Amino acid sequence: MITFSQEKLAKVAELISHYPQGRQKSALLPVLHLAQDEFGGWLDTPVMDYVAGLLNIEPIEVYEVASFYSMYNLKPVGKFMFEVCQTGPCMLNGSDNIIDYIKQKLNIKVGETTADGMFTLKTVECLGACGYAPMMQLGKNYREHLTKEKVDAIIEECRAKAN
Amino acid sequence: MGRKLLLEKAHVEGIRTYEVYRREGGYRSVEKALKMAPADIVEEVKKSGLRGRGGAGFPTGMKWSFIAKPEGIPRHLVCNADESEPGTFKDRYLMEFIPHLLIEGMIVSSFALGSNASYIYIRGEYAWVAEILENAIAEARQNGWLGKNIQGSGFDCEMYVHRGAGAYICGEETALIESLEGKRGNPRIKPPFPAIKGAWERPTVVNNVETLAAVVPIMNIGGEEYAKIGVGKSTGTKLISACGNINKPGIYEIDMTISVEEFIFSEEYCGGIPNGKKLKACIPGGSSVPILPQNLLLTTAKGEKRMMNYESLSDGGFATGSMMGSGGFIVLDEDQCVVRHTMTLARFYHHESCGQCSPCREGTGWMERVLKNIETGKGKMSDIDLLWDIQRKIEGNTICPLGDAAAWPIAAAIRHFRDEFEWHIKNPEEAQRRNYGLAHYADPIHVPTPPVTA
Amino acid sequence: MADEVKAPPANFKVTIDNITIEVAPGTTILTAAREIGGDVTPPAMCFYSKLQGSGGKCRTCLVEVAAGSTADPRPMPKLVASCRTTVMDGMIVKNITSDKVKDARAGVVEFLLLNHPLDCPICDQAGECHLQDLGYEHGKEGTRYEFPRRTFEKEDIGPYIQLHMTRCILCYRCTYVADQLTDKRVHGILDRGEHAEISTYISKAIENDFSGNMIDVCPVGALTDKTFRFKNRVWFTKPVDAHRNCENPKCCGKTTLWLRGEEVFRVTARKDQWGEVQSFDGKPGWICNTCRFDKKETKDWTIEGPTLINRHSVIAQGHYVGVIKPKETLQEVMGGREPLLLMDIHDVSEVNKLNIDLSKIQGPAHSNDFNK
Repeated sequence: MITFSQEKLAKVAELISHYPQGRQKSALLPVLHLAQDEFGGWLDTPVMDYVAGLLNIEPIEVYEVASFYSMYNLKPVGKFMFEVCQTGPCMLNGSDNIIDYIKQKLNIKVGETTADGMFTLKTVECLGACGYAPMMQLGKNYREHLTKEKVDAIIEECRAKAN
Repeated sequence: MGRKLLLEKAHVEGIRTYEVYRREGGYRSVEKALKMAPADIVEEVKKSGLRGRGGAGFPTGMKWSFIAKPEGIPRHLVCNADESEPGTFKDRYLMEFIPHLLIEGMIVSSFALGSNASYIYIRGEYAWVAEILENAIAEARQNGWLGKNIQGSGFDCEMYVHRGAGAYICGEETALIESLEGKRGNPRIKPPFPAIKGAWERPTVVNNVETLAAVVPIMNIGGEEYAKIGVGKSTGTKLISACGNINKPGIYEIDMTISVEEFIFSEEYCGGIPNGKKLKACIPGGSSVPILPQNLLLTTAKGEKRMMNYESLSDGGFATGSMMGSGGFIVLDEDQCVVRHTMTLARFYHHESCGQCSPCREGTGWMERVLKNIETGKGKMSDIDLLWDIQRKIEGNTICPLGDAAAWPIAAAIRHFRDEFEWHIKNPEEAQRRNYGLAHYADPIHVPTPPVTA
Repeated sequence: MADEVKAPPANFKVTIDNITIEVAPGTTILTAAREIGGDVTPPAMCFYSKLQGSGGKCRTCLVEVAAGSTADPRPMPKLVASCRTTVMDGMIVKNITSDKVKDARAGVVEFLLLNHPLDCPICDQAGECHLQDLGYEHGKEGTRYEFPRRTFEKEDIGPYIQLHMTRCILCYRCTYVADQLTDKRVHGILDRGEHAEISTYISKAIENDFSGNMIDVCPVGALTDKTFRFKNRVWFTKPVDAHRNCENPKCCGKTTLWLRGEEVFRVTARKDQWGEVQSFDGKPGWICNTCRFDKKETKDWTIEGPTLINRHSVIAQGHYVGVIKPKETLQEVMGGREPLLLMDIHDVSEVNKLNIDLSKIQGPAHSNDFNK
């Protein structure tokens, strides 16, 4: 049975209160963020149905939204997701080499997860850090001015965190 | 050294906190505004000549005066912090380092527009910035700048942060409103415009972060004084986020009187091109605006020095000019490949198309595929004209400006760098090993023959 | 006088392709053009006058506004979607008289057909497909697209309706039907951009008394009637208008039966000349699933008479013998304008050049006729 903790439910109620009465659907994006953080980093169908129930909307309305925005994962992902930017300004500063390096280092292709379920590599479009290129998003934070050495260090850091 | 209005205090230790921000003169504009009539604030902003800093450059005061005021229906101010235009990262800097400046500007603007509940729609990836803003909002509320009856003025003002979830299209104001309502970010068909029917069918004004922050200095120094800074219709200061192949990428506040050449090469700003390389091209206003080769970038077709302001950057139209756009300044050095760069931008727009209207849904992916073929040595000469025709059929025919934004960079790349595209197609193997180089883009009329040796 | 009589709303004069008419304020350009009729009317793939909020998406109805109004005669900078732009007094609109419009429309048709499977020979919609008509009237021969076409898995969405997403042009009409006609929507638009698709996400059955109307509003063969699938070609069936006293208060009970002999192959709502469901007493004539899927015998119905079919439609072929051809030249019929398109069937294909004149054959053409 999927359910939020009391604390998270209070957060949902607070989020709903941000919007005009009867417009609780407006809280859908933030509530989906909460749900994804809470239930394993991705949105399984029962999770989305649960969110639909919380906001008193039809499940299809949740599916429509969750599949539109690129930050919602509709399939399981690794514990750490490397989202490397590959758009223009990052490309000018060598993001292609960083992506190749991560592929080789983790022995996975873009979009894949390592066998141990630890790392997922994803290429993304502009994350708004063009002056600090090349860069990637890891969890809630950005890792900028990437080099091969920095990538090595980040991988080590993640492994250490997991243990 | 140009005058700084937004980033003047950016480097003061602890400016992110309310205490320091207030000590440095923060929230004075709110005190001033609350004593004024809302219509007078709108008038002040009109006088300042402030133009929307998100990319379109529409006069802010005029946008505010369009808002409908039907009896008994609440109005809303929404801050567009969905910064996603490649090359643009100025709003993030403002929000990350001086969050109270945005909040202060929003309180004044909310009062001017009569919005009792205002929203900051921030792109989902800026998760930690959203937290910074939420903390700052909480501080402002504790100190009586937000909530019921702020500063005893009788005006109620609530402010909420709404995180997006990864969609460039939500930077378009009606898509942003849809997303705020918890829907897919499909732009609405206009009219009605948001000023009449926006969020929850209520009159709504959507403004960029930098625009709302600029309301603070306008209130502090007065609209007329603000209008004196800059030149012509480019008043005040503008944040430029510079990136690509330059020595000092970052955020610069300029007063729009400096030249492009000075901006790129002076030590005060970008500090020139790294490794002694030459300047090849530049996209001066975010990925959507036309790319310009070095010669047209530094000098207009009329032979005048090109300046960093709205008028000068667009001088010559799309044939020989570009746009100020969002101020995302992307510099390419002599070793960069325009075909590959254009391909990444095409991929970006393909990825970000919402899929609602047919030209953009089908055309963006097609352009990316054709460009990918050219880039990987599978192109045909006819592909260049095909690309031109596809972009032409997208431009102007879509619901929202994303179609135009996808078409323009490709049109400009072909317009100014056609010989590089042709070289790619004629020398598919060589093009995989090396780049075309600088060639002679300095001369827009003379079509150069590609260099024989690398 | 104290009691002022409210003046009736003044009509707006609008000129479309040099034809001026008066319409009520609030009328869209497309609706005004439909009042004129003929090829002055822009094609519409996503707009559906009976579905609130529809339109604006496909961009086939783009027109040029050469003058905004008498008060402000400036032209509009971009082509506008005629289905969502209301007329102003003195507005001058150019549709087929504008080269810009023709060019843009040909572009839109190419975009719509880019990923379309063109499986018309096995598609049940063939013969009444708006995309076929659009391609025929406004498209160009051949495609410049050299990449694999986008395909989707077929999805089962219940006992009556087949969803064939590969053919879909994302007009969103079916989602409006679900929102506005049924009490609960279980299907919608998933994903975004090129990958956007109509789906229920987890293969839910669409079960609702009025879900069948999604088939009628679908402009292409993306949503087809499972009870009719592969049973016959529409041009071999004979449409007749019929009605029954339907128990469902929301169902109008007025339909078109598609017959072959005495057999009812298919039941649809009655369509008007724009391919939309007809209105009766000002209300759209939607029909319920019982009428559509369960009443497949002529004894269920009171037959009123043959359905009027546009003589240009393929469905009209073979049903009516001895048609009297108009004596006027085309220019005379069309008020001096050249027809948008004139095609001699004999010239369509060199390979399949016919040795016979189809119009001389009595009744439906038979394979023997072609062997003569």
